[in-house]
Amino acid sequence: MIEVSGLTRYYGEFAALQDVSFRVEQGTILGLLGRNGAGKSTTLKILAGLIPPSSGTVLIDGIDIVEEPNRLRSMIGYLPEDPPLYLDMTVRAFVAHIGRLKGMAADAVAARLDTVLATAQLEDRQHQVIGTLSHGYRKRVGIAQAIIHDPRLVILDEPISGLDPVQIAEMRKVVRSLAEGRAVLLSSHILSEVEQTCDQLLVLADGKLVARGTEAEISAASQRVRMRIEVSGTREALAAALDNVQGVESATFGVVGDGVSSALVLVSDDAAREAVSAAIVHAGLGLRTYHGTRLEDAFVGATTTHGEA
Amino acid sequence: MHTWLVARRDLGATTHGFGGYLIVAAVLFVTGLLFQTRGLGAGAQYSHEVLETFFENAGGLVMISGILFTMRSLAEERQLGTDVLLETSPATEVQIVLGKWVAAMLVMAGMLALTLYMPALIFVNGKVSLAHIATGYVGLLLLASAVTSIGIASSSLFSTQLPAGILAGVIVVTMLLGWLLADVSDPPFSDVLAYSALWDQHFTAFMEGRLHLRSVVYYLSVTFLFLLGATKVLEGRRWQ
Repeated sequence: MIEVSGLTRYYGEFAALQDVSFRVEQGTILGLLGRNGAGKSTTLKILAGLIPPSSGTVLIDGIDIVEEPNRLRSMIGYLPEDPPLYLDMTVRAFVAHIGRLKGMAADAVAARLDTVLATAQLEDRQHQVIGTLSHGYRKRVGIAQAIIHDPRLVILDEPISGLDPVQIAEMRKVVRSLAEGRAVLLSSHILSEVEQTCDQLLVLADGKLVARGTEAEISAASQRVRMRIEVSGTREALAAALDNVQGVESATFGVVGDGVSSALVLVSDDAAREAVSAAIVHAGLGLRTYHGTRLEDAFVGATTTHGEA
Repeated sequence: MHTWLVARRDLGATTHGFGGYLIVAAVLFVTGLLFQTRGLGAGAQYSHEVLETFFENAGGLVMISGILFTMRSLAEERQLGTDVLLETSPATEVQIVLGKWVAAMLVMAGMLALTLYMPALIFVNGKVSLAHIATGYVGLLLLASAVTSIGIASSSLFSTQLPAGILAGVIVVTMLLGWLLADVSDPPFSDVLAYSALWDQHFTAFMEGRLHLRSVVYYLSVTFLFLLGATKVLEGRRWQ
């Protein structure tokens, strides 16, 4: 179990992180949300053992990272947003090298290597030179190096940034599989991703923890729903269908492809959500996608309210 | 173990790339060229003079290649972001710096081993003592040790290779010119400056086949001080 208590970090006079406390149980994926400069990266760097906190404690299985950072480094796996890779090495040689660097014996690395490469879905690329891999595969190599030593905590900074939709779906599976027997902490600015991947969420704003809980608990703070809609029909027809629907607060329209239009719509409550679907059906438009989330609005509400306070 | 892991990784980076081979090839080519023009082909000379000329040429090239091999060592890790791999590992700063130095020394030793045929050629028409050859190579390795440590210390200060190489070059040249400053200084400063010169009092003896303990201590001291400096730079950057 990872227990963070009163974590504070100053850069000169500037408080990047103030009195942040939370717990992560083994087998849990915790998502860290926040705008740029909210303190996400500072939190991750402290937990990865890269920078010390100004005050506070981080306990991993009862061992204080502040007191014994060197001992804890072998219990943590860290993947920064840009994976740190030796591009001239093959995938297999690189992951094995990191395992040894993390303090594993050569036979222990050999015994675990195939499992780790399978977890990161890299078996078919294991003999390829990293410099020749695509961005998506490089991210996976980054994950493999972060888990080769079987850490208690895996820290992933924006694990899906720069990936295409297929790679995102594959990465989601990989991240979910990492939580077996360990805690995973990931940061992302893509709310839908956090929503689908994480068990628990933390929302940071101006270095402070402003919301925590499951996606449902945080979303409950907002009545408003953000809708993503795709229909077969013109953009104009979709706009006309939603015009004058009660409870629609804002809408932006676009064209997805030939004869398919989209809209991002903010509605005031569930009644308005039903009214929107009824209006689309009534207009004779073929409804293809109808997805709503309260998390985004709750996130904006939490971070904006705090920022304005 | 961590020292060897870091060293092995650095050796891999040198051997996987084109640059390392290019430097070695250039050094061997220029050394051979100078050996022919200033040594074997420079008219009648005593065999030991030819050998001394060889060590003099090789010494100059060791200093240049030592900087070229090490200016990337720590700077490139920062440039590529791979320093995170070292900083989040249990490897200590001493192990990281020693690993970089061991890798550089192995490359330098390998490169010097490839020059052995030149002293051997002297035996075709002349005669030199094996002790003279061995002493000269010990001097070259000690000089390489000092210069690579300077290169690594410079590399620890920057996140790109070029400024690291320039700083290392400036330090080496300044230390080479210590004897000039000694000439225009009064004792005891002149003695200190003369002793601290990288080449004059120390390498000349090795060239001539004389093994002086004070010169051995000097080169090892320079190595220690600059590697210590690099270690302190890394310690300052990393959470202890």
